[in-house]
Amino acid sequence: MDLFLEQVLNGLAIGALYALITLGLALVYGILRILHVAHAAVYSVGAYLGLWVFSWSGSLLVAAFLAMAGCALFGVAIERLVYFPLLKYPPYVPLIASIAVLLGTEEVCRLIAGPYILAFPAQLPFPSLKLGPLVFSPPLLAVYLMAGVVLLGLWYIVGRTELGLAMRAVSQSRAMADALGMNSHLIITFTFVLGSAIAALAGILVGIYYNQVYPTMGAVPAYKSLAIIVVGGLGSVSGSVAASLLLGLAETLLIGFADIPLPRDALAFMAMIGVLMWRSEGLFGSK
Amino acid sequence: MSGYLVTVLTVISIQAIAACGLNVIVGFAGQISLGHAAFMALGAYGTAMLCTKAGLGFWTALPLVLLLSGSIGLLLGLPSLRVREDFLAITTIGINFIVEAVFLYTPFFGGALGISGIPRIFFLGQPLKGMGFLLLCAGFLALVVALCWWFTRSFAGLACFSLREEESAASSLGISPVRFKLLAFVPGTMMAGLAGALYAHYMRMINATDFNFPYSVMMLSIVVLGGMGTLWGPLLGAVVLGSLPEIFRPLVDYRMLLYTALLLVMIRFQPGGLLGEPSLGKKLLRKMVPGRGAEEAA
Repeated sequence: MDLFLEQVLNGLAIGALYALITLGLALVYGILRILHVAHAAVYSVGAYLGLWVFSWSGSLLVAAFLAMAGCALFGVAIERLVYFPLLKYPPYVPLIASIAVLLGTEEVCRLIAGPYILAFPAQLPFPSLKLGPLVFSPPLLAVYLMAGVVLLGLWYIVGRTELGLAMRAVSQSRAMADALGMNSHLIITFTFVLGSAIAALAGILVGIYYNQVYPTMGAVPAYKSLAIIVVGGLGSVSGSVAASLLLGLAETLLIGFADIPLPRDALAFMAMIGVLMWRSEGLFGSK
Repeated sequence: MSGYLVTVLTVISIQAIAACGLNVIVGFAGQISLGHAAFMALGAYGTAMLCTKAGLGFWTALPLVLLLSGSIGLLLGLPSLRVREDFLAITTIGINFIVEAVFLYTPFFGGALGISGIPRIFFLGQPLKGMGFLLLCAGFLALVVALCWWFTRSFAGLACFSLREEESAASSLGISPVRFKLLAFVPGTMMAGLAGALYAHYMRMINATDFNFPYSVMMLSIVVLGGMGTLWGPLLGAVVLGSLPEIFRPLVDYRMLLYTALLLVMIRFQPGGLLGEPSLGKKLLRKMVPGRGAEEAA
């Protein structure tokens, strides 16, 4: 039973990490209708930046802030230089550009930092927590805390502030928002800042949780988060969070307790293709 | 011709065959596919299994393999009817990952070791290697290009073009989107299967990771670089992307970066590719061949 509960906790943590990575993707899809595969590049750059700043400053807080700032810049650069000029083409054109950015960034990371798996030797500033039979290790606790804070913060910004109102307006109709005097491009830029900063946090958290940072760490999340936003209902933030948690749990429990012959990464895609064929608006989306 | 050049040309022509197939799906029918390597994997594993386990020869295995990849292509073309273009792209990414995983994790297909000991192709009683194999590949490539040319002239090709440009207008004229979209998947995936089969007999040892998702991206880069929907685009793209790494051999470490940078610059500034409609290459060609340009402009 303890093992089962432990697996559930792990699965939820993995799901929370997926959610942090997928949030940016869902936000960007909601506002630009672009499948922002390069978001995973932002995430791995976040992990590298975090690790690099941490290794010379020694402070996790400074590392997180600088990585978030750096990734926000990177995300905005992708939006301004790559996506925005391509908006007039059919959606697969920016998608191909996005994949090129992802693969190129992987190569740059490999050339600069080497093809090795780097360790992320951060000591988290809190002890592990015991609740009855459950033990929360510091990395697990950090994942839960950060995911909770980010989700609450995002819910507040999108749902309760004027900026969030503007974001929702632009995502419903950019032309109409422009006509009403909103600077829609600025709102789009802000969306990228927000999503990319969250991706940087996710990168650092994944680095600490698995104690691994490596050039292709974005590859699997890139395509898996596509699967997640499809299952969650496109552009629906709450839907993608639910789908992320579900996928994290399903992967961990199925791999742990059912002996299926396929790797865990194929699972997400099967779920995705099933959902696309059966209910293309997503499990949690509305028509 | 030196052995080195023969090897490079063989690889280029195999990739050009697959790229022509992708061009039929992406360029002619406008159905984006990012899982083309999966169909090459089907062709390669099909012929490898038939030749090593069932003891067939290449020439008897080939029709079966083409039939297999074509019919699975038809099956996997079905999602294209259900989902819009960018979702078709991620569906095909998913298909690529699943096919790779199935071949990689099933002991029947050799698992992580892949399949080795694939026999050579015999032609008129002679085993083909080196120059002979290159000629075989070039022959198949010529056949494939001829088929593509015929497709652009046929009614089915015209129907595909019209669906690509404006689906509702075309279907209001009685062109069935279901029929012609599915139709484009069959020759497209069959060409991929052919390329995969040739690859298997050339390498004589295959592994599921040879046909991973980055390989599909490379296929698409070839088509995008050359010019989607043009007849010679995939060929030009395969030659350029196949010979660049050889020319930049000293820069082998930067090869993938070069690929992606090229793809990004191309799609950012010339989404039509080198030979596509509003492209630089086309303009240059018109300037250099004034007679032909005037004829095309008219």
